[in-house]
Amino acid sequence: MRKIWWKILAIILVSYTLVGGLLMDAPRLVILNETIRALHFHVPMWFGMVIMLTASAFFSIKFLRSGNLKYDIYAIELVNISILFGMLGLATGMVWANYTWGSPWSGDPKQNASAIGMLIYLAYILLRNAITDRQQKAKISSVYNIFAYAALIPLLFILPRMTDSLHPGNGGNPGFNAYELDGRLRMIFYPAVIGWSLLGLWLAEQRIRLNIIKSKINEEL
Amino acid sequence: MKNFKYIVVLCLFLVNVSAFAQKTAIGNQDYNNDAIEMADVMRSEGKIYVLLAIILVIFAGFIFYLFKTEQKLKKLEKEIKIQ
Repeated sequence: MRKIWWKILAIILVSYTLVGGLLMDAPRLVILNETIRALHFHVPMWFGMVIMLTASAFFSIKFLRSGNLKYDIYAIELVNISILFGMLGLATGMVWANYTWGSPWSGDPKQNASAIGMLIYLAYILLRNAITDRQQKAKISSVYNIFAYAALIPLLFILPRMTDSLHPGNGGNPGFNAYELDGRLRMIFYPAVIGWSLLGLWLAEQRIRLNIIKSKINEEL
Repeated sequence: MKNFKYIVVLCLFLVNVSAFAQKTAIGNQDYNNDAIEMADVMRSEGKIYVLLAIILVIFAGFIFYLFKTEQKLKKLEKEIKIQ
């Protein structure tokens, strides 16, 4: 994916998000006031993270089927950037929550679930570092990656909806659609999701290329 | 018997009850609701543009760094003769 068009697209879309997110009209809602604009920054972090983790799990499966170490490199570097996006999502969420929900951590199910998800993927990194043999490292961590993904999806999307929650769309709160019925927020939100996800993929692609160079030098690839 | 169960489940999918118990729709009145405080003063004094300029400068810096890294990677890849 050495092509440049989607990287330029990422820059354009994220710049559009920055400009539009600050300047365009936002609905005037109780408690949220101007912070509704955080929608275009906090939520795309999570969308981007889930997209990249899906790709990572996919490449782990591809590695297990083909034995080609290149796929294992794709998997680990996608996880690395997903962890970055996840940490940023947690941090931005805590800042947003501090001023709207009253405190940075409310024990909200989705907050807890995303923290647990982060821990699961940090354990993936630890697992890889604990194994020295390259082939074993790839095989064992690929299996773990698939299970990690299988745990993440219910944690993030199913469990918070089954219980009381502060997040929109979970625990009996009106869903996301409620914020987008007249489409004006959507005009910035959808490009934001695409732009931030492409940016994340760009970061992952750079790390992948660096990893491949290092592997070739060490003659592992 | 099994088919009957599937048919019952499918029919139950057709049943739903809508309760309009809370505010669910954001409409035009929310964009004009002057009772909610927003950063209108900041906007009217043009300060929002200062904020935007700062943010765009930071973003430009990040993108510049990304492109420099791309160049370095391309150079290395050529050296090691990866396609």
